[in-house]
Amino acid sequence: MVSDPAAEYAVVLEGIGKSFPGVRANYDIDLRVSKGTIHAIVGENGAGKSTLMKTLYGMHQPDEGTITVEGQRQTFKSPTDAIRAGIGMVHQHFMLADNLSVVENIILGDEPVGARGVLKMDEARARIHTLMESLGQHFDIDAPVGTLGIGQRQRVEILKVLFRGARILILDEPTAVLVPQEVDELFANVKRLVENGATVIFISHKLDEVLAVSDDITVIRQGTTVATTTPAQIDRRGLGQLMVGSELPDPSGRETAIGSEVVLDVRGLDVAGVQKGSKLALEDISLEVHSGEIVGIAGVEGNGQFEVCEAILGLRPIERGSISVEGTEVTDKETRDRLALGLSYIPFDRHREGLLMDAPLWENTYLGREDEPSMSSGPFILKRKIEADSREVIARFGVRTPSEQVPAFALSGGNQQKLIVGREMASNPKVLLAAHPTRGVDIGAQAAIWEELRTARDAGLGVLLISADLEELIGLSDRILVMFDGRITAHLDPDTATPELLGSYMTGEMQEAS
Amino acid sequence: MNKQKLQRMAVTSASSILAVFVALAICAVILLITGKDPIKAYSTLFGAITERNVQLDTLNRATPLFISAAAVAIGFKMNLFNIGVEGQMRVALLTTAVVGAAVKLPAPLHVLFCLVVAMAAGAAWSSIAAWLKVKRGVNEVISTIMLNFIALGVVAWAFDEFFRVESETESLLVKTKTLPESAWMPDIVDRRLNGMFIVALLVLLFFWILVWKTKFGFRLRASGANGGAARVTGVNPKRMIVIAMLISGALAGLVGMRSLLGDVHAYQNGLAEQQGFNGIAVALLGRNHPVGILFSGLLFGFLSAASGQLQLEDIPKEIVTIMQGIIVFAVVIINGAVKRYDEQRIQRKAAAELERQHEVVAA
Amino acid sequence: MSTVELLPAPAPAPRQSVFQRMPRHRRAMLLSLGALLIVSVVRVFTEADDLTSSGTVSATIRVSTPILLAGLAGLWAERAGVVNIGIEGMMIVGSWLGGWAAWHWGSWAGIGIAMLGGVLVGLIHAVATVRFNVDHVVSGIAINILAAGTTEYLSIIAFKGQEGGGESQSPPGKKGFGSFDMPFLTGGNIGSWKTPDILGWIENKGIVLISDMAGIAKGFLSDLYLPTILALSLVPFTAWLLWRTRFGLRMRSSGESPQAGESLGVNIARVRYQALAVSGALAAFGGAYLSCVLTNTYRQGQTGGRGFIGLATTIFGNWTPFGVLRGAVLFGFPEALRLRSDDAVMALFWVGAILLAILSVRFFMKARVVPGVVSLGVAALCVYTYNVVDAVPQNLVAATPYALTLIVLGAARQQLRPPAHAGMPWRPGENH
Repeated sequence: MVSDPAAEYAVVLEGIGKSFPGVRANYDIDLRVSKGTIHAIVGENGAGKSTLMKTLYGMHQPDEGTITVEGQRQTFKSPTDAIRAGIGMVHQHFMLADNLSVVENIILGDEPVGARGVLKMDEARARIHTLMESLGQHFDIDAPVGTLGIGQRQRVEILKVLFRGARILILDEPTAVLVPQEVDELFANVKRLVENGATVIFISHKLDEVLAVSDDITVIRQGTTVATTTPAQIDRRGLGQLMVGSELPDPSGRETAIGSEVVLDVRGLDVAGVQKGSKLALEDISLEVHSGEIVGIAGVEGNGQFEVCEAILGLRPIERGSISVEGTEVTDKETRDRLALGLSYIPFDRHREGLLMDAPLWENTYLGREDEPSMSSGPFILKRKIEADSREVIARFGVRTPSEQVPAFALSGGNQQKLIVGREMASNPKVLLAAHPTRGVDIGAQAAIWEELRTARDAGLGVLLISADLEELIGLSDRILVMFDGRITAHLDPDTATPELLGSYMTGEMQEAS
Repeated sequence: MNKQKLQRMAVTSASSILAVFVALAICAVILLITGKDPIKAYSTLFGAITERNVQLDTLNRATPLFISAAAVAIGFKMNLFNIGVEGQMRVALLTTAVVGAAVKLPAPLHVLFCLVVAMAAGAAWSSIAAWLKVKRGVNEVISTIMLNFIALGVVAWAFDEFFRVESETESLLVKTKTLPESAWMPDIVDRRLNGMFIVALLVLLFFWILVWKTKFGFRLRASGANGGAARVTGVNPKRMIVIAMLISGALAGLVGMRSLLGDVHAYQNGLAEQQGFNGIAVALLGRNHPVGILFSGLLFGFLSAASGQLQLEDIPKEIVTIMQGIIVFAVVIINGAVKRYDEQRIQRKAAAELERQHEVVAA
Repeated sequence: MSTVELLPAPAPAPRQSVFQRMPRHRRAMLLSLGALLIVSVVRVFTEADDLTSSGTVSATIRVSTPILLAGLAGLWAERAGVVNIGIEGMMIVGSWLGGWAAWHWGSWAGIGIAMLGGVLVGLIHAVATVRFNVDHVVSGIAINILAAGTTEYLSIIAFKGQEGGGESQSPPGKKGFGSFDMPFLTGGNIGSWKTPDILGWIENKGIVLISDMAGIAKGFLSDLYLPTILALSLVPFTAWLLWRTRFGLRMRSSGESPQAGESLGVNIARVRYQALAVSGALAAFGGAYLSCVLTNTYRQGQTGGRGFIGLATTIFGNWTPFGVLRGAVLFGFPEALRLRSDDAVMALFWVGAILLAILSVRFFMKARVVPGVVSLGVAALCVYTYNVVDAVPQNLVAATPYALTLIVLGAARQQLRPPAHAGMPWRPGENH
């Protein structure tokens, strides 16, 4: 690399290190971001990208190393300091107050005020309208943020940053919640920003996007920067190897044939919307899963995938339709009875629905299996047997933990997810509803979970796979259904489906004739 | 018992004990500022521990605290905050006094019958809060606070309107009809310690077995730890709320029985006042665990039993109420501060242990 | 562009009547005029003149003020995201300090020192909930226990054996607040000339609606204490602060989503400390109002659960200052009426019956038979009660605010919008 004077760089990080209890999240980080460029930071989940960006945004202080912004050495005690230095961050999980209006969300923390702290709302509106025009955006800025869609919310986040006059934007996994077409729109906006003189730091683990949009790429692996390159110098495969230190795992692979038995049969399912009188959340859903088959469901989050799982599990009342597990009608059965018939579930969000974070692992592997006769006697639980069973699950699924007595919060994300998969497989289910089984886990855990799913499928398990990772979906599934607006709008063959094609169905742009 | 669990227990007990000492220190300062001698106060207070009367009185006063703390704690175990123990207790007191006096039964059966009536009445009152939460989504903290005041008004009105009997001897004190002797809970030590103490210990034992040793208890704790996770594994959260609230209300019904069946034998205004509220403090100090409740109930019982001695030294016995308030505050603040540190310690330890195992395998 | 939404879109608005389409303030005017007409008619045929007398209105304002202050205390805390169950305790502290300071230095000092004490207790709640992330309800309960114990202890130390004081009562405070009347309208003085009392003259004529309005106006304009005016002016002030100023926006954001504010550099902890300091001061002002304005002594148990009624008003008023005012008046009115005459309280049954009958007609028009029949039944019960019972038992009157709040919470929860993050645990820098 040419040694430019420091002022050419928007951001220079040198020797940054940051540790948390039990984890060394970052060490020896070196990063140079040139002004007016899009600089991608890639790394797999858990590599330390987010920790690094929080350091740069002042959300915590590094243990060691220096931060230089536009030639000035900086110490950020809080986001306020970073904002003052011209840095803005668009968070992966939107930081918005639903009940406040768009204007209020944008100006919060940097409010234009007159005497006695009175808000100058008209001035704020005018400034926001100017910014929106520069991005080519138009929507009602006095509406509560809670009424906006995902794409609009993300633009509110970007407007927040621009309103503060940020010259350096950090976008943390901005495409995770968007469909391909929305991603294009986002990138168009980003390019416009760079043309206007901004610098963008773009965090992602999606290699194709990174290669398509960035000027420079820095790779982070296991907490430290391992390389800086450009899209011209490297291809997808090479970038993947840099990122994980070996070949990327491949979800595909099948040795056995699909069974003939239908293990999950859903017919004509209607589910009411949340509010009285609003449209149906699910409309006429019919699907079947055979033994030894993986059926994938693609769709933008919020189009009914969650409701399908809840309805099959009996967690949500249905208006019409029937559900059978292995030929037994379960439509009127309670959740617990359905689970006993061989249904199991890897939930959407492992923190909210998967684990008891403060409880020891043995309680976590026991959860939902209270009625298994080997671990209880009448109404009483048999703790020793439960602990022994837990050790077995931990060993079989390679959960890295000192013992079954540590609380779940002490495990890494990947190991927590392996524990959930292990628990759900331990009861030898016939049907598995797997929602985002590898979301937010590292490559090693991802490969292990895929392997488990394939092995179980080969042994006859029927899987309904819901995933936002289109490659995982195409690689693992035997058939793919697309859900849009509470309906199944396409039946696709994974051998011929591409992410772009899936995207067209997912946004409702294309629909199969019904 | 394994090491991990022992360590966690040591941390929790240490923080509770620390809280008590913090409270003692702050109260000493208050005593000093208000011109009283803290050394004299504490030596009088804790000197009373050797007196047999104080000892028995401690157990007697701890009796309702054990029960009300268990009633609160069972709700806490699934993140339900039943502040309504006081109101549930009050409804149960009047109901039991009236119903108990209206039936004729042989002695042990009559007492049992009264206990059952009390539990049913307490559960019935708590079921309003349960219904509001499950069917109408009303937060139980707000509803039980409101229901406490409603119980206070309704019970006072019903007592005044329908059930009061002017007593012949003490003309100022109005009561309900006195319970027949068959309904009296016998004393263990005559006029010093009532048999309800045994019932209270049984309640704690029941609480321990139910919550820690049964499938139901496991599900209850799972619902409290993470309602979402419990729900997807087949625990019906609404049913769980109703059951927990009913058990809590039933126990709340028993809280006032030492006063009713073991002491006054009739309902009167102000009977067993505050005993439901005090359970909240005892449950908090005892960390919602039966063993913790046992110790903290005894401590609170002792403090109020011994506080009378302070009066003799011209120190207002209300200093003990201040002490109890500060203990609660100190314990929750210390727990809040310790929790984060403790989580970090556990994470560090787990990581270190993994590292060691890794090295062993590599070698 | 996709229109994926996290939240379900609001249901399409049903067809609106002329009434529903008119501006909010005009609708409110019409509604209150209608209500007044009902009350006025009831007054005439039950001969319960106290129902709208200036004396009742004046008493209502005085009885409602401490509830209003407690309700505003709840609003300040919850808008900033912290549930405050400790209002009762803060009021107790306020009433004690008010009584104590008024005894030494007069009633203004009483209110001032009480508010300082309230700030302190509010800050204790803030330290526990913000700094140490203690459950808000638990901290509030601890405050209540502590406040009761401390004041009982201090009463014995400070008041026992003093002239006019005792173990549970302070000696009377020095000079109370003078009240004043509006010249001409309610017969106030200009210099030494006592002006005519025009409103009082109209009120005594007994004309339907006109006299009622005069009575109410007179109630508002006569027998006023300065602290009352101060308390009432806090309502528009709080509204202005919440929706027009930077501080208000930050406070609301703290209650809606502290993460959002924090990520933009808003010091959420500081906002919460400030809001809770004000919350404590308001609650203590409410307590001191009892011991310095309504009476001139502190008595143990004086607050009598008003802190919890205040909490109910916060909910009842949908976390808005004017809503809190409405709730405080609604809860204070029966109490004030009872102080004046039991007959007038009984007349309320007629008011209730008429309102319920109107409600049931509305239900029937929407073809909702069950709620319609229920309201009609309750209306009939009200009339029956009026005819059978001589006087409403005081114990039941005392319980009505709580019961009303439960009914509103149970029946109209969809219309209530609490701050989204109120009561939830939150630690700075740990929510990402």
